[in-house]
Order: sequence, then structure tokens, then C-alpha cells
Amino acid sequence: MTANRLAESLLALSQQEELVDLPKDYLLSGSEDEGDNDGEREHQKLLEAISSLDGKNRRKLAERSEASLKVSEFNVSSEGSGEKLVLADLLEPVKTSSSLATVKKQLNRVKSKKTVELPLNKEEIERARTPLEQEIFNLLHKNKQPVADPLLTPVEKASLQAMSLEEAKMRRAELQRARALQSYYEAKARREKKIKSKKYHKVVKKGKAKKALKEFEQLRKVNPAAALEELEKIEKARMMERMSLKHQNSGKWAKSKAIMAKYDLEARQAMQEQLAKNKELTQKLQVASESEEEEGGTEEKVEELLVPDVVNEVQMNADGPNPWMLRSCTSDTKEAATQEDPEQLPEPEAHEVSESGGEDRPVAEEEILLREFEERRSLRKRSELSQDAEPAGSQETKDSSSQEVLSELRVLSQKLKENDQSRKQKASSEGTIPQVQREEPATEEEEPLLLQRPERVQTLEELEELGKEECFQNKELPRPVLEGQQSERTPNNRPDAPKEKKKKEQMIDLQNLLTTQSPSVKSLAVPTIEELEDEEERNQRQMIKEAFAGDDVIRDFLKEKREAVEASKPKDVDLTLPGWGEWGGVGLKPSAKKRRRFLIKAPEGPPRKDKNLPNVIINEKRNIHTAAHQVRVLPYPFTHHWQFERTIQTPIGSTWNTQRAFQKLTTPKVVTKPGHIINPIKAEDVGYRSSSRSDLSVIQRNPKRITTRHKKQLKKSSVD
Amino acid sequence: MSAKPSWTYREVPREYVRALNATKLERVFAKPFLASLDGHRDGVNCLAKHPKNLATVLSGACNGEVRIWNLTQRNCIRTIQAHEGFVQGICTRFCGNSFFTVGDDKTVKQWKMDGPGYGEEEEPLHTILGKTVYTGIDHHWKEAVFATCGQQVDIWDEQRTNPICSMTWGFDSISSVKFNPVETFLLGSCASDRNIVLYDMRQATPLKKVILDMRTNTICWNPMEVFIFTAANEDYNLYTFDMCALDTPVMVHMDHVSAVLDVDYSPTGKEFVSASFDKSIRIFPVDKSQSREVYHTKRMQHVICVKWTSNSKYIMCGSDEMNIRLWKANASEKLGVLTSREKAAKDYNQKLKEKFQHYLHIKHIARHRHLPKSIYSQIQEQCIMKEACQRKEVNRIKHSKPGSVPIVSEKKKHIVAVVK
Repeated sequence: MTANRLAESLLALSQQEELVDLPKDYLLSGSEDEGDNDGEREHQKLLEAISSLDGKNRRKLAERSEASLKVSEFNVSSEGSGEKLVLADLLEPVKTSSSLATVKKQLNRVKSKKTVELPLNKEEIERARTPLEQEIFNLLHKNKQPVADPLLTPVEKASLQAMSLEEAKMRRAELQRARALQSYYEAKARREKKIKSKKYHKVVKKGKAKKALKEFEQLRKVNPAAALEELEKIEKARMMERMSLKHQNSGKWAKSKAIMAKYDLEARQAMQEQLAKNKELTQKLQVASESEEEEGGTEEKVEELLVPDVVNEVQMNADGPNPWMLRSCTSDTKEAATQEDPEQLPEPEAHEVSESGGEDRPVAEEEILLREFEERRSLRKRSELSQDAEPAGSQETKDSSSQEVLSELRVLSQKLKENDQSRKQKASSEGTIPQVQREEPATEEEEPLLLQRPERVQTLEELEELGKEECFQNKELPRPVLEGQQSERTPNNRPDAPKEKKKKEQMIDLQNLLTTQSPSVKSLAVPTIEELEDEEERNQRQMIKEAFAGDDVIRDFLKEKREAVEASKPKDVDLTLPGWGEWGGVGLKPSAKKRRRFLIKAPEGPPRKDKNLPNVIINEKRNIHTAAHQVRVLPYPFTHHWQFERTIQTPIGSTWNTQRAFQKLTTPKVVTKPGHIINPIKAEDVGYRSSSRSDLSVIQRNPKRITTRHKKQLKKSSVD
Repeated sequence: MSAKPSWTYREVPREYVRALNATKLERVFAKPFLASLDGHRDGVNCLAKHPKNLATVLSGACNGEVRIWNLTQRNCIRTIQAHEGFVQGICTRFCGNSFFTVGDDKTVKQWKMDGPGYGEEEEPLHTILGKTVYTGIDHHWKEAVFATCGQQVDIWDEQRTNPICSMTWGFDSISSVKFNPVETFLLGSCASDRNIVLYDMRQATPLKKVILDMRTNTICWNPMEVFIFTAANEDYNLYTFDMCALDTPVMVHMDHVSAVLDVDYSPTGKEFVSASFDKSIRIFPVDKSQSREVYHTKRMQHVICVKWTSNSKYIMCGSDEMNIRLWKANASEKLGVLTSREKAAKDYNQKLKEKFQHYLHIKHIARHRHLPKSIYSQIQEQCIMKEACQRKEVNRIKHSKPGSVPIVSEKKKHIVAVVK
């Protein structure tokens, strides 16, 4: 080891010497007979160096490197410093002697002779002659770029100095640990991947989901910012799903299942599951209004300008996977970031790498791990820094950061509230609008009078089928209102109610997020705001309580639901005959054994649809077969449903009317006399000469489409 | 106890079931085709009703043959070789004693309705030699005047060999001319330069004209409403106009999937029948844009002419494949004399059907019609085309400056201009 190092240093030295000027060699060779101790040693080294010199490592450029602890006592290294070995220093011990006069002269001559040295002297560089050069120098100076020695900028130097040895060690240890962890993880994953049991995987998946949920809950309690980030990730996943159209029943697996589903219950369930998943993932979250977002954005910016704190960092990381976003985001804060923590800089690249190389997961995971470590370190450092430097300021910054978290949370909660409200509004409007719509006459759209098809329908049976077909086609459509449909008025059995509820369930339980008291964030300055929020909430709750002081709506509802469930359960049939085979009479009951024997247990019905929906009652009694025999929209001439109902309710048959009324009611609008030619209308027909009416073979009742002139004339004639 | 006696209960459901049954029976008994009158040796080009006799019908074929038919016996009474080439038009005199024909041989001929006596030759009463080909003819409803069309509309006195007056507007050939049955001095004609021209016989010049998107083949006046007429257009539609306001049709009737060749009103003025190149005839209510009935048979080819009989019970149509077909105007109507009970039941059923027509089940049964595959697929196709057009229009409106793209209603869309 030591020998090696020695050789290296020597080599460096020799190179330097070579670089400075060649005549020195010559000079040394000239002074070799001098018995100087020092000189001898140097000479030895030189010889060694020369002997070790071969063609390969002729000349090494000075490299940037860490500050080394070991400084050779023999080494007169000039690297990095920019100084040169001065020839005169070496020459000092040499006494002036006549024998060396010529040599000295020679040397002097050499000295006086100006040779262009490389790299150029500082003065030479500094002397910028042309304006272009000047400009370039100016620029370089401004940016603190090294002019003479193009190795390290001051910033880089600073960063180099910042990393102490211990830290480097720590970092290395961390890296090692991370790598080890990763390898363990990989091995485990490989092992698990080999397991073929589907059930096992299912269980694992379920467990994972559960765990994730739990963790999220925990996170929400402990660290709202991280929870937010998580939420965003979920949102991103949803977006990806929406874009990628996975779980759409279009894959190979799904198709095969679709075929199987007809016969196999399991396959059907799997398919449904997948559909549900799709629905869940593609659920669109409503975006908060633009103004709000903008506000949030400005706030964020201001805060970023103030101090790039933890929250911001988290945010950036959350935005990470999108390199474009990241670039624009970081470009603003680059300055600050470079000054604050140099570790932050390489991050974007890492992100990009992880983005682009999606296949090699382990690498990405490692990256993530490393990043986490780095984050932690930077955090630690900053906290130290801030504590050291300015306690008041740090307080403030923390305050602001926590405030931001809170504001974020608030925005989120507002969004959620809005969602909720809008959904409720929708529900309520759905409750009211259909009735309004029903009352609107369908004037614009004229339905075709014929339903033309390429199939023939000739017999009664076929006609019956036709009607049925129609009714099944219309099954999905909302039910029309007619005579007795009180049930429809109640909002509970609206068919779209369960869907809404489902939606609600699938989202992260927003209500809970709102109502459960978020655990106080462990930071110093937060509590006051927290309390404020709590108070607000409490106030609201109080208000609601006061408003509904008299009636316990929830309990009533629950009771109602319980009753509904009870009513819908299939009843057992008790066929015991009291007194059959035993004594009967007042006060005697058939024996338990007999009762047990003759009690026919009703089979368990299908599970209720509202089983998992605590605040919904779904009425499953609705008879879809009646829908075909009802009117869907109010027909044209009627303006209100009661008009229509009234016309329907007045019977026209002779069963309910007198003969005369029946005749009157059933007379057709246009009556033609059979076997008579109907002549075109004449002026006389409409009242000029009432005498000639006898030969009119068409009698018109309710002349609807006759022009007004004709109508008037008709009136006249009737008056006559 | 309730005030109502028990038999009055549940009148609505009972009537509903009655209505349902009536509707089903209507569809079961819907057999509109009565007879096919064959005998022509070329496509039937024109038809005419006898003004006084319900059973008599006249038809002209593409080989110049005119036949007179008896509908009750369903046979041909008389055959005349009237023209060389097509018989372009045929019309009866209002008295019913004679009829007029025009043909490709540039002649107008008047014939006696009754056949020649024993030993007499089949000869026209009068023959007028014209200078150009006549494409249509119609007789005045009350006077001894008739009008022909070709290069111009000529109005003739029966006694003269030269027209009383001839009116032109533009240079294109006029395909049909029709007298107004009520205001008898009014005439309507349609020309191949896409316009419908109205004339007053008392004036020397035409009244006004309306230009449509495509050519109109025929028009027909409503016999019960003076100023209303319907035009059968090449663009598959029929347009009902009020002649006082030609800029907007009263109704656009669209159901055909090919050019409409002929149209005739029911004498009650409530409905009209149209014949189309798509091998079907359709019956439209005057105030509806969709047809209430479509008739077709396998053997019926392009329908060229159609007439509604004067008692409003039957429809005749002449088609390419040399046959004249007789249809019931009301597909499920019972023929023959009805007893009073039958009549009452019929009326009651009709009323019930009307009353419950909006109920889905009933509506679906009542509306069902069988269509040949060709027409069906064409309907589908055109539906798609129409939708595409609409979508495009909507998009155009959506993506242009508000107000820059005018919203034109379906009625106005097909009217190019009105000239007076």
C-alpha cells in the first residue's frame, strides 16, 4: 500500500516537474555529484518514477477529488492550488560557484526567454482584449464560474465541504442497508410469486388492501399531509384506470368469464366484481371550482417563496411521476433548492428514470427508498439549521407549513362537502323533476305512427308476444305515473337510489373524513387552528341538533327500515292442527314436537339489496310487469296529468252509460254513408245556402282542421 | 256500503282490456288487399275515377292502351288503344259521359264513356293535334273546360281546337296540372325545374310559384279545405301547403324511402294516400308528418299512380308490373252491410282504441307493421344518414359564433323561394 502511494506521489511530482520545464532535469543531472541528502533521495525517487514510466500512464490530468487526509511529506504537490513550483526555490541551496556560472547563465537566459505556458497565466487570461472576450469574462465572473482553473465552482466546493466524512460513511451504510433490504425483498417477492394457489393470492390481495386501508387511516390520523399525498395517488390511479380502460370486460380473461357466466355462478361473481372494480376506479371525483384552486395555487406559491418546507417537498414528490409537471415546478424553486439542500437536485432525474424504466421495478423501488432516506436526512438537517439560526423564524415557517396542510385539508373537505351536497341535490331534484316532466306535454317530438319491422305478426299469440317484448324493452325506463302509485312518491324505492348510495360507499368515506376528529398534528403551532375548526364543527352540529330537536329522524328511519326488512322476510308456514292427535281446547297448545314437525320453514330469500346500505331502504316489491300497461309520458293534448286521468276514468261503454249517452259518446268523428260518392266541399255546404245540405254525404263532427272561415260559417248554419 | 252498485266497479281496467282486445283483433283482421285487376300489357301510367259511378275506374298504360274497369265484378269492361306510346294523362268529364286522354303522340282525345254500339268503330269523339307532347290533363269540376300541360299550361274549351289561353313561367316541362275542386278556377301545376306554380284561370298570367329543393311529381288539392294542397316530391317527402302562405309548408310528411310519384286525397279530406317508387303506398293523416299505414305486396313493383275512391273506402294503385290493385282504406274494416249491433260494437271499439291509444302495450300492438326487408333496411340507412346530418348541423351551430349559423326548421329547410 504505502509503496504504491509513494509511487503515485512520485509520479505526480515528476509529472509536475516535467510540466514546469525540462531544463530542470538537465540541471539535476548536472548536480548529481552533489552529496546532498535531500537531493539524493529525490534523485532516487525520480529514477524510480522514470523507470515506472511506461507509455501508458504518461500524463494524468489533475482530477477533482475529495480532500485527502494523507498528505505526503515528500510530495510537493501543486495540483489544485494553481501555484507553480518556482525554479529559484529549488536552486536556492546551490551555491554560486564558478563551475556553475555557465549553467546559471544558461538558466537565466532560459528564464528571460518568454515561453507560452499552458495553462495560461492568470494575467494573460484576464487581459481580455476584444469586447466579446470582455463580455464573456463578465458573464463568467457574475456566475462565479472558475476562469483560470476550470475545476470547481464555489457552489460545488461548498457542497464538497458540506459532506463530512462521517456523513459519507453514514450514507454509504444507508445505501448498503437499502441494497440489502431490496435484495431480501426481491427474494421474498420471487418466492411468493412462485406460489400457484389462486386462493392464497386472493387472500394476500385482500389482506394487502385491508392493510393499506388501515395504514391510510393511521396516516390520516398521524400525518394529514402524507394522507393527502396518498389520496392524490389514489386519484392518479383512478385517472390511469379511466385512461387505460382496464377492467372493461374486454380482456381475454373477462371474455372467457363472460361466456362462462351463463352457467357458472362463480364466474358471474368474478365478472361482477370486476365490473364493480371498474366502476369504483372510474368514479369521477368532482373538482373544486377553479377560483378555489387558483387561490390555493397562489397561496402555495407564496409559501414556497417564503420557505420550501416539508409539505412542499411532499407535494413535489407526489407530483413526481409526471416529469413535465416536475420540471416546471422545480424550475421556479431551483435557486432556493440549490442553496438549501443539494441533495434535492438529482431527484428529478431519478424520477425520470423511474418513470421511463417502468419494467425494472426493483430499481425504482430502490430509488424510492433512497429518496426517502434523503428526505429524512435533509429534513433533519434543516431542522437543525433552523433551530440554530433563527428560532422565531422557524416557528413562523412551521406555522405556515402546518397552516398549509390545514388549508389543503380544508379544500379537500370542502370538495367533499360539495360533492355530497350536489349528490343530495341531484337526488332531491330527481325526486321532484320527474313529476314536473311528467306534467309537461310531449309536444315537440312526434312519435312515428307506425312501428315498422321486417317481421310479420298475424295471430293473437304473436300480438301478445309483441306487447310483452315491448314491456321488457321498457323495463329500464322510469315508471310512468298513473292512478294509484303512492309508492312512487316515497323517495326510498326510487330505482336509482341504491346506485347513488353505492357511489358514496366506494369513495373514501368522506363523511367520516369530515366528522371524525382528526388527531392533533404533532407540531407546535397548530393547535389553535385545529381548535377553531373543531369549534366550527361543533357549532354546526349544535345548530342541527337544535333544528331537529323534536324528532329523532335517524332512529325513526332505522325503525322503519327494520320493519321493512321484517315485512319482506319470507314467512314460515305453520301447519299444525291444534287438537289433532292430542287433546285440544282453550288454554291447550299443540306440543312443541308437533309444532316443529309441521312447521314449514320458509327458504331464505335472496339478500336484500340495501343490506349494506345503512341509510337506504330499497323496496323490492315493484312489479315491472305492470309498467307495460301504463302510460309513460303525458300525451299531447293534455296539459296536466289529472286531465288525462279524468278522461281515462270516465267510461264510455254501455255498461256504465245510458244507451243514448253511449251512442253519443261512440259516434265517430267522420261518418260516411256507404255507397255514396263524397263530393268536394262547396260554398253552399258551409252555409251559403243551407237548403242544399241534404246531398252532403259527409257529416263532420268536431271539425278540427277546417279553416276559421269555414268554422264561422258552420256556426252560422247551426244557429240557423 | 258504497254508493256504487257492484257492476260498476273497475270500469277502467275492464275497458282497458276491451281496448286491448279490440286492438289485437284489429291487427289480426288487418287484411287490406282486396283484388288485383290484371289485363294491361304494360305498366299502368295513370288512373281516373268515374265522377258519378263508384264502380267504374279508368286506367291508361304505357303502351297507349286505356281500359275501363268494373270494380264490383273486378273485371275489365272495355279496352281502347287510345294512343301510340304512353298514355300520359287521363281524366273524366264532371258529368261522367266522356273522358279525355293525352298521349305521347301529341294528341288530346275525348272518348265516350259508353262503348260503341253494335257495328260502330272505336273512335274518339274529338281529337286535338298539338304541337308538343302533353304530359298531363285535368278537367274543370263544373264547366266544359280542361287544362293540359307540357311545355306550357293550356286551358281549352271543349268546343275549340285551340287553347283559350296558355301560360308559361320558365322553360321547363310541366309534369302535372290539377284543378282546385272547390275554387274551381284555381289551378296548380308542377314543373321539372323544381317549382309548383299556381294559376288563376281568369287571369292570363300565373299567380305565384314556390321553388323546392327537388322536383315535385304531382300535386293534389284537398277536397274539403279550399286552399290546401299536397305535393309529392322527389326527395321522398310530401309537402302540404296552404296556397296563401307558400313559404312554409303546413306539414312535411316523411316516411317514404324513395321518390313519391303520386298522391291522392281521401274525399273526406282527412287523409291522403301516396304512391312511391319504393314499391309501397302509404296513408298519411293530413295533420301528421308520419304515415298511419303502409301497404305493400311481394309482387307490387314501383307504384306509379294511386287513387282514393269517391266513397273513401278503397284505394287503387297502378304499378309498373301492369296490375291495378284494390286496397281497403281501413285495413281491418269489415266489408259489406253491418247490422246495427255490429256497427255499435265497431264504433265502441274504435272509441276505446282511441281512448287507450297512449298505453304502451296497446300502442305497441297497434303500431306494428310488417315491412319488406328492402324497405326496412333503407329506412334504417336513412335514419343513420339523417342523424349524421343533424349531428353535423348541431356541431356547426355549436362551434360557430352564436347567431352566425341560422337554425332552420325542417319545414322551411326544403323551400328555396317563393315568387309572385
